[in-house]
Amino acid sequence: MSEVTTRQIGRSPPRVEARAKVTGTVEYIHNLRLPRMLYGKISRSTIPHGRILRIDTAAAAALPGVARIVTGEDVRAIIPEPYFGPAFHDQPILALDKVRFAGEPVAVALAADPQVAEAAAQLIVVEYQPLPGVFDEIEAVSSPVFVHDVLKPAGTFADLKHLAGRRDTNVALDFHLRRGDADAAFAAADHVFEHSFRTPQQMHTPLEPHVCVADARDGAVTIHSATQTPSFVRMEIARLLGWPENRVRVRTAFLGGGFGAKVYVKLEALAVALSLLAGRPVKLALTMSEQFFTISKHASTFRIKSAVTRDGRVTARRCEVFYNGGAYADIGPRVAQKSGFSAAGPYDIANVAIGSYEIYTNRPPAGALRGFGIPQLVWAYESHTDLIARALGLDPVAFRRRNLLREGAQQATGTVMRDAGLAAVLDRIAARIGWDQPFDRGAGSIKRGRGVAIGFKASISPTTSAAHLAIAADGSATLYCSTVDMGQGSTTAMAQIAAETLGIAAEAVRVVAPDTDVTPYDMGTLGSRSTFHMGHAVRLAAEDARAKLAALAAEAGVPEGSNLPIPEIFRRRYGMQAGTIIGGGTYIPSYLPPDPETGLTSNATPFWMAGGSGAEVEVDTETGQVRVTRLVTVADAGTPVNPRIVETQISGAAVMQFGFTMLEAMEFTEGQLRNPSLADYKIPGIRDLPPRFEAEAVDAAQRIGPHGAKGVGESGTFGVSPAIANAIEDAVGVRITELPITAEAVYRALRRQAGEPLAEE
Amino acid sequence: MSTAPREIRFTLNGTEVAVTVAAHDSLVDVLRDHFDLFGVRESCGQGLCGCCTVIVDGKAVSSCLSLAVFADGAELLTVEGLARDGRLDPVQEAFIEAGAFQCGFCTPGFILMTKLLLDDKPAPSDDEIRHYLSGNLCRCGSYPQIIEAVKRAARKRAAGQDDPL
Repeated sequence: MSEVTTRQIGRSPPRVEARAKVTGTVEYIHNLRLPRMLYGKISRSTIPHGRILRIDTAAAAALPGVARIVTGEDVRAIIPEPYFGPAFHDQPILALDKVRFAGEPVAVALAADPQVAEAAAQLIVVEYQPLPGVFDEIEAVSSPVFVHDVLKPAGTFADLKHLAGRRDTNVALDFHLRRGDADAAFAAADHVFEHSFRTPQQMHTPLEPHVCVADARDGAVTIHSATQTPSFVRMEIARLLGWPENRVRVRTAFLGGGFGAKVYVKLEALAVALSLLAGRPVKLALTMSEQFFTISKHASTFRIKSAVTRDGRVTARRCEVFYNGGAYADIGPRVAQKSGFSAAGPYDIANVAIGSYEIYTNRPPAGALRGFGIPQLVWAYESHTDLIARALGLDPVAFRRRNLLREGAQQATGTVMRDAGLAAVLDRIAARIGWDQPFDRGAGSIKRGRGVAIGFKASISPTTSAAHLAIAADGSATLYCSTVDMGQGSTTAMAQIAAETLGIAAEAVRVVAPDTDVTPYDMGTLGSRSTFHMGHAVRLAAEDARAKLAALAAEAGVPEGSNLPIPEIFRRRYGMQAGTIIGGGTYIPSYLPPDPETGLTSNATPFWMAGGSGAEVEVDTETGQVRVTRLVTVADAGTPVNPRIVETQISGAAVMQFGFTMLEAMEFTEGQLRNPSLADYKIPGIRDLPPRFEAEAVDAAQRIGPHGAKGVGESGTFGVSPAIANAIEDAVGVRITELPITAEAVYRALRRQAGEPLAEE
Repeated sequence: MSTAPREIRFTLNGTEVAVTVAAHDSLVDVLRDHFDLFGVRESCGQGLCGCCTVIVDGKAVSSCLSLAVFADGAELLTVEGLARDGRLDPVQEAFIEAGAFQCGFCTPGFILMTKLLLDDKPAPSDDEIRHYLSGNLCRCGSYPQIIEAVKRAARKRAAGQDDPL
């Protein structure tokens, strides 16, 4: 390794795998074929709730070329308790006894030819006794229909244990936060504002759909999976099988997108069961349509109420957030709890009461999607913030500045704000869109308006990351870590962080793809946690390797301060080119769980993420068409490790949230999803990109981050939706309270405003 | 046309090839399964995302919706055919320099479409770029960088040499 003196943090080398990506040769699990491999195709529930009376597999099994048909009972024969999940053990590998959403996997056809497997899956006939379903998150709170008989927390998270054994409820988790005396503050308030906002169920649609190949043989299993959480998959599969972790190997490659869709167990348990039953490797590769029945973003209802003084100080806020979790909890309970910390928004409010609820319904499961609930919250609290400012005749930016959580203030949980660039983000948005400048309000039927919104998020904790860094006898460095590169550029970022610590060029560091046989434990690539948490582990591993190298030099009799090349140190110690140094690093941030009664904690998170957007829109009052002419998105990424990739992360997050704002909604009729395909569920294309589209990382540093850095994968999503809704109200005076913001919704609102409402659908 | 498997011949990235396919085999499956060309990818399965784009006789085709038998006698170009003697095509270089991808799954489709665009319009406007690439989707949202990459590639091709960074 040849030492360099230039900084490796703050450079923008192309991604390590850039050449492989433009030549089409980059490795995805999508491409994997193994000898003797079977393809599995899934037969799915046709009803949203019901008892399974009979599964007729005879016709499917008789199809020439079919290796085997597998049902839930076959799985139960080899895995007695075949229920999985990161928060609750509630999801069967294949449906058992009941189905709980339309599209739930019920049986699988296996064949060497995927077309034969597909044809066979179509021949599986399931007879059901239908049960009434419950689909809306508010109705489900008081419905006599229960999705599950009893709650089964996994035990992974200590703070969910108290839920064990709760019966006859669809409330999977309720998180409460009480700060100050909200009731008294409301009673004494000059003004009280109350609104309700909704978001629909939406889908990640990674372009590489979920894919997994399991190869069980000789008492061990290798799982090749497009997963964001290889270490968790290993633990969960080992638990299901009753095997030690060292007999389960999970490896991954580059992911064709993740966005939270590929966290925790998705296809892996089923693929392993199928491989064990068939005695051959089995590949499960979902279609785009099937992804909609696998995981999604929570639909939500947020009731928010604020007490405000005459001069525009928010003195109390009450938040009730209902997350529609669908039929299986997945990581939803953590979404409800963690987002509950910050549901009152980035404002300094003395009296806060928050209730955040994860609700079971008979819909496809919901989990993590780029923000862990935060975009749903920001949509509500920043729309609410603008409504208050307008009602009081205050400038929306000035009103935000007046109430903003400043550095050193206590956030609602009681945790002190440090290095959360909220003020910097708000200032940069206002400056970039020229908030203080005169604004063209449009003419004729085209009205123009502008709006801003900001949000923030607590990082994941408790959590652990580990890394190893090896130095070979020729001095070259290899980094072993289980952070998954799903497009965010972590391979490049980790190489830069290791290189910065080692004093070498980032290009000289080899990063090994996640493989639990060789890469150490990491909680998962999620929640924008990797740059901070894994970044620290990588830094520590590199520091440890340097220390061990110094010790090796001392053993070899090299005087301290010598600039002897590394290969020569090895040669002196071992008498030839031989030996390896392995540095290890583990990072565990400090954390104090919230008080079970009050939800308060002085240490809710190791760091805060801040982001926001400013939008300019044109609204056609004759049609309700909204054209976003400019979208500015700003985030605090600490010191950007790779400024170009950071900017791409911020702009990419804004594009995605733009889709969730203007275009995307999973549409249901009685629990049946009507639009599970890109033909009917439109995601943003290049022509949807606002003509003026800007992204920026503010000048900042996360002082306790690795080399000043922190994560940025989600921050760009926060402000997009409410900034656009706020701009629409600024243009035409109507308020949209439910996503997506369609022309129809705007037109209906315009007609209501004119006193000539359209007939409801 | 008979449904029995039949042999087809075509030119693939400059090389004459022959393969036996069934009547129902899609072009994307044949390119991946018989020729190990993994730069062509099925994603939406409906011809909407552009991940399976290949160039057939100079026209962009969604290979997930194309039957392989129709490639008989045609000239095919996939992303693997762009680099020559280890040297990247200017479009590929421009995508790297502009950071115009994240996960990379859609990238071969965008690169092939950009090549066709620049063959047709050597100096496209923003509107022309957006119009031409509207059949390709990037869920990572790299569109601003893709537009920059197309312009950079246009300059590279106009200069007939690498654009200095």
